Amino acid sequence: MPKLYDYVLSGSCYKVRLMTALLGVTYETQAIDFYPGREHKSPAMLALNPLGQLPVFEDYGLVLRDAQAILCHLANRHDPAGTWLPRDQRFGQVMMWLGFAGGELMAVSAARMVSMLGYPGDLEALRAKGRMAMRVIEDHLSDRQLAGGIWAVGDTPTIADIALFPYVMLSHDAGIGHEDYPAINLWQRQVRRLPGFVGMPGIPDYF
Amino acid sequence: MSLTTDQAALDQWYVLGAVSHFPFGTPVETGLLGEPVTVTRRDDGVTVIGAGRSLPVRTTYNHVWTSFGTPARDIFALPEATEPDRRWLYCGGVRVAASGLRLIENFLDLAHFPYVHTDILGSEEKPEVAKYEVEQRRDVDEIWATKCEFFQPKAAAASDGGQISQYMYRVVSPFNVMLYKTPPTAPNRWDVIALFVQPVDETHSIAHPFMLVIDPTSTDAEIIAFQQMIFLQDKIVLENQRPALLPLQPGRETPTRADLSSVLYRRWLKEKALTFGTEPRTDGVAAGA
Ligand SMILES: [Fe+2]
Repeated sequence: MPKLYDYVLSGSCYKVRLMTALLGVTYETQAIDFYPGREHKSPAMLALNPLGQLPVFEDYGLVLRDAQAILCHLANRHDPAGTWLPRDQRFGQVMMWLGFAGGELMAVSAARMVSMLGYPGDLEALRAKGRMAMRVIEDHLSDRQLAGGIWAVGDTPTIADIALFPYVMLSHDAGIGHEDYPAINLWQRQVRRLPGFVGMPGIPDYF
Repeated sequence: MSLTTDQAALDQWYVLGAVSHFPFGTPVETGLLGEPVTVTRRDDGVTVIGAGRSLPVRTTYNHVWTSFGTPARDIFALPEATEPDRRWLYCGGVRVAASGLRLIENFLDLAHFPYVHTDILGSEEKPEVAKYEVEQRRDVDEIWATKCEFFQPKAAAASDGGQISQYMYRVVSPFNVMLYKTPPTAPNRWDVIALFVQPVDETHSIAHPFMLVIDPTSTDAEIIAFQQMIFLQDKIVLENQRPALLPLQPGRETPTRADLSSVLYRRWLKEKALTFGTEPRTDGVAAGA
């Protein structure tokens, strides 16, 4: 059975939990005491991921790190129809948003760690970067909606939506509200309606 | 922001974190009651500096406690702390943009379990809060709620299925609370789950959950993850609550029958004339009246 090394408050681990739920993939989890225990930096975890980060996902004898890579793996292995990771002209756009989700948007994650858990860091600078990333998503989704679309890429949900969703939604933990992002609000309601959707602490099902 | 002048708030013990979470030798900046404080852990103990002076420090229950004033009592007794088979878990501080008093009141509230902790601490099929008893124990100056019962689909990290959990709540000071709850693995004993709230300012708090539990099977990571999951579900509710400050004025918020402990808690705060983290009253009644 696949295994997720998981931290319940991590938006990156949530990407994997959400994708597996949407695909109906069963897996086991091992809770890692990321905070306050810093278990992701323990020798046992560094042996699995020398970067000392979560999530780590084991499947088919592979040990995978990086939430975006794991999303690709899940779509590749468990979605034979290829709707979550289309191989046509949408592929490049999906990859582009995956890179963004693991790159610029992670400023929201960093701001959240400072704001919520007291990690060291320049909160205002991180929030500013986080808002810039949110603005890029808002403008993109707004264009999509004006053109009659809703998803990040194409006419169906893809792993790009799943990669973007967690930290967009957890931004309020970083002190970034959603008042200025109407297109994001429309989009996130659609993500929540996907069959098999699961939330996480801070992303309740009832909002 | 500057140190509060609320004497009732000043004359209390506050937790600034678990001792083990402070690094040796490196001063850690934090805040309490509107004032910056600096905690330094050394081989020979912990010092806390705030408002330009050394503050009193206790390390009771392996937490750093301090006070700006003169607490009337020592830190509360916790007999379970001497039981050898209990696991001590320090779940780490979580910052919440809310009044610390709101955190305590939310912790006391059984009625929110089905809606905020759906399918974990409560079920939308069984949302009723059975009658329970509340009392103010004047000898120790604590609030107790007892004989609380609630159906819980997943009461704790070690749960295999649903159970009727028995609860007792104990408020030991305005910003420190704990609950006693039947563990899935030892129904004749009580797990202790404490929430120590560090009020940084009137609308920002750091919650320090601390557990003394009987659970021979779960890993530390599993127990801490369970507690953090529950607390983060509360955090989003707390940060969206309006008004952010706790109203003590009659009529500002209407309590329901399930809020018996909240009613007594607010009355107890009024009796203490505590105002830090409370909404300014507009009815002309001074704090404590
Ligand atoms: Fe709660």
